[in-house]
Amino acid sequence: MTDAPATIADASASRSKGSLLEKDARTKKRNAAETRFKAYGIIAIGIGLAFLAALVFSIVRNGVPAFTQTYVTVPITLEAETLDPEGNRDPADISGVMTFAYSPLIQQGLQSALEEADVETDMSASDLTKMLSSSAENTVRQRVVSNPDLIGETEEFRLLASSRVDGYLKGRVERADLERDRNLDAAHLDIVDQLQEAGVVSRTFNMDFILGTDASDNRPEQAGIGASMLGSFFMMLVVLALALPIGVAASIYLEEFAPKNKFTDLIEVNISNLAAVPSIVFGILGLAAFIQFAGLPQSAPLVGGLVLTLMTLPTIIISTRASLKSVPPSIRDAALGVGASPMQAVFHHVLPLAAPGILTGTIIGLAQALGETAPLLLIGMVGFIASNYPEGVASGFLDPNSAMPAQIYEWAKRADPAFYERAWGGIIILLVFLLSMNLLAIILRRRFERRW
Amino acid sequence: MPFYWILPVLLVIAAVGYVLGRGRAMRSADGDARNLHSLPNYYGVHAVIAGLVPAALLLAAWAVVQPIVVDTWVSQSISESRMQEAGSRGLAMSEVRRLAAGLETAVERGAITAERARSASQSMDIDDLREAVSGAGIALTGNIAPETLENAQRYNRISAVGSAIKTVLVLLLSLAGTAYAVSQTTKEFRARKSVEHGVMALLIGAACLAIFTTIGIVLSLIFNTIEFLRLYPAMDFFFGTTWSPSFTGRGGASQLGILPLLWGTFYISLVALLVAVPIGLFAAIYLSEYASKPVRGIAKPLLEILAGIPTIVYGLFALLTVGPLLVSTFGDDGWLGVDWMDGGTAVMTAGLVMGIMLIPFVSSLSDDIINSVPQAMRDGSLGLGATHSETVRQVVMPAALPGIVGAVLLAASRAIGETMIVVLGAGAAAQISGNPFESMTTVTAKIVSQLTGDADFNSPEALVAFALGMTLFVFTLGLNVVALYIVRKYREELE
Repeated sequence: MTDAPATIADASASRSKGSLLEKDARTKKRNAAETRFKAYGIIAIGIGLAFLAALVFSIVRNGVPAFTQTYVTVPITLEAETLDPEGNRDPADISGVMTFAYSPLIQQGLQSALEEADVETDMSASDLTKMLSSSAENTVRQRVVSNPDLIGETEEFRLLASSRVDGYLKGRVERADLERDRNLDAAHLDIVDQLQEAGVVSRTFNMDFILGTDASDNRPEQAGIGASMLGSFFMMLVVLALALPIGVAASIYLEEFAPKNKFTDLIEVNISNLAAVPSIVFGILGLAAFIQFAGLPQSAPLVGGLVLTLMTLPTIIISTRASLKSVPPSIRDAALGVGASPMQAVFHHVLPLAAPGILTGTIIGLAQALGETAPLLLIGMVGFIASNYPEGVASGFLDPNSAMPAQIYEWAKRADPAFYERAWGGIIILLVFLLSMNLLAIILRRRFERRW
Repeated sequence: MPFYWILPVLLVIAAVGYVLGRGRAMRSADGDARNLHSLPNYYGVHAVIAGLVPAALLLAAWAVVQPIVVDTWVSQSISESRMQEAGSRGLAMSEVRRLAAGLETAVERGAITAERARSASQSMDIDDLREAVSGAGIALTGNIAPETLENAQRYNRISAVGSAIKTVLVLLLSLAGTAYAVSQTTKEFRARKSVEHGVMALLIGAACLAIFTTIGIVLSLIFNTIEFLRLYPAMDFFFGTTWSPSFTGRGGASQLGILPLLWGTFYISLVALLVAVPIGLFAAIYLSEYASKPVRGIAKPLLEILAGIPTIVYGLFALLTVGPLLVSTFGDDGWLGVDWMDGGTAVMTAGLVMGIMLIPFVSSLSDDIINSVPQAMRDGSLGLGATHSETVRQVVMPAALPGIVGAVLLAASRAIGETMIVVLGAGAAAQISGNPFESMTTVTAKIVSQLTGDADFNSPEALVAFALGMTLFVFTLGLNVVALYIVRKYREELE
């Protein structure tokens, strides 16, 4: 107490030395700390956005090449004596000719293409075909089988180039890389350069990547994401058909009817915990409950859909409850006031008003489910080649298939770096889907959501 | 086939019930809906519910119970010698089941006649049968013992009888339910009440699915974990420091100690949190305390994009972009000139990328929490002459601290349970080491590798995945419960 006046006097003495126009050292220090603190925040946001930019940049840079593919245009003379030895153009006989018989024709075709382009080489014909994808014979055969009239004519075929040639044109493969490569030599690349000038080798948009099926390990140039897109589509159908009604029903009960008691608390605790359970645990559940116990088929989109339904439910329930809560109580009171039962009030009045919010939440939940990978690994949606489209609706649900994220994982695991490009391309397609779903959700929210 | 027929028949019964119930109600009210207790449609729907729900429940219960009953029934007739040959009763039984399913499919596809599938018994028939069955696309392993065939036929016979009984009972129940509901219908009958009771039961059932899911998770983990601990000593699992499963698939010299995996998990999560927490926290502080409205309106959604990107994308980013980048920095011939890193997959790679993924998670949770600190506290501090940053550090942060701790714990539980980034980015070597540039592996990555390999499902090598899953579940559940408790407590305190 006694020295209080003294300190005040001291303080006023020290203050009187300073000027209002000139900041003292302490104020400067404090202001500098302020600036620093603010700068930390800006730097943090900057780093976050830089990471985002790096991610987007690396996706686009690595993924865009997957959407173009190198083709070689080869005129092939479809000799009748090899392809139709009986000479009767019988489709059964023609489809009896194996792909093996087509390779000499392709070799000849390739050689004549080289001659036309004035490319000189001392390479043997069979060495030359290394430039082509090993799917070339099959491509030619399928076209001949579906159209036997072509036999005997010389047709122009656009054949897939091998993944190394494709990689060379995209800058992925250098001459130095090929020194220890069994599949292609640097000499091939010289030919490719000349053929490209002559217009025989060209890069065009690759629809097969978007719509096609997966291919085996040694044909990255042929792999496409179409079949697994269908797998994802069937899974999303299952999720939509189950998660939406169940989620809405559960939310209506919890938000509108549930009494406040231990049982309701238990449900709520369960929902909030399920929302935070790691996705891989849902995969274990799917494996043990749906495949081991219930005996559903492995790798089936139906099982994937069931697992993703359980995963998506908490998301949908949380967002549905929020939109039910945002409907003002006066709506319910008015409905009850004119004689509706509580259930009629909810189903006839509250639910339609909450519908846009519910829909938005559902779309966001579906987008989450679409990108989920880990549980799908455990129920067997990887490790095989999704090389067939499902034959119908039932087989779409029940036959083994892959899903987009599982397919991307599968490609990322393969040895040939040519598959990495496919994986990045697959990610672009996946992100386009996610982006459009989220945009749809935002538009729905802007357009229909009411502020009370 | 009958199963596909039950559903349409049930629907027809329900439709008839609707018309009858509604019609009877209208007749009893002399055609004037105002005399009824409920709206006319409720009488129809009442009949539909009575016709469908009990029948559907029976159908579902039967589908679960029948295979179990048939299994126990048939497995009793497996002889001792057969059991020894196959290894165990369960294995012998699964052979029987596979053959039974093969026969069914073969008959369905017309490869053999139903008559032959039922009666083939001589050993010379078996070879033909085998060919027919595998011709229909069902691969059978090993030789078919006559006894197995007999049991498979028994299995199919009993199943067929069971299905027939099921069909009859379900249809009878549906008819009885409809008839009862229609007979109840008079103009005084409170149809709306009973329909609403039914709907309410459905709503409660849907809400209970969350409980069933949790129970399902716990049961599927526990049973298989117990099975695993019977085959492998618990002490070695929980305290073993070596993880080296044998690749033969059937028991043997596997060492399955969880400690290296836990170490990898925690190390990677730690790196991730070291990246995510400072960046996320400072971003949240800036966005909630300093940023102008337009900046906030742009930066916040952009940061949240990071949260919406699927984890497989981050995994690929780690494997193909960040890993090589780190090697070219810290590796041999790197521009730092230090030789710390050999391969692209390492703790650092996975941790860094996981940190990026967690930034928006930390920042939006912290943002909410900082925003819920009352403005009066800030005003008081600013009024006393504190600068903005002093207010944030000395007033806002201490008030928000419990909530932020909760947010960090939630982020940690995310990091521990994250799978795709570590599967692709962290490598596969299970080791305990302090070097963040070495490859390590985690609990989640090993769950994936143990369950996607070729290991026999009943071997310890596959079952260990469930024990790992159990550990993971317990850890994340504990973290979540604590975190949610802290966040909730904190909210209540401020309100």
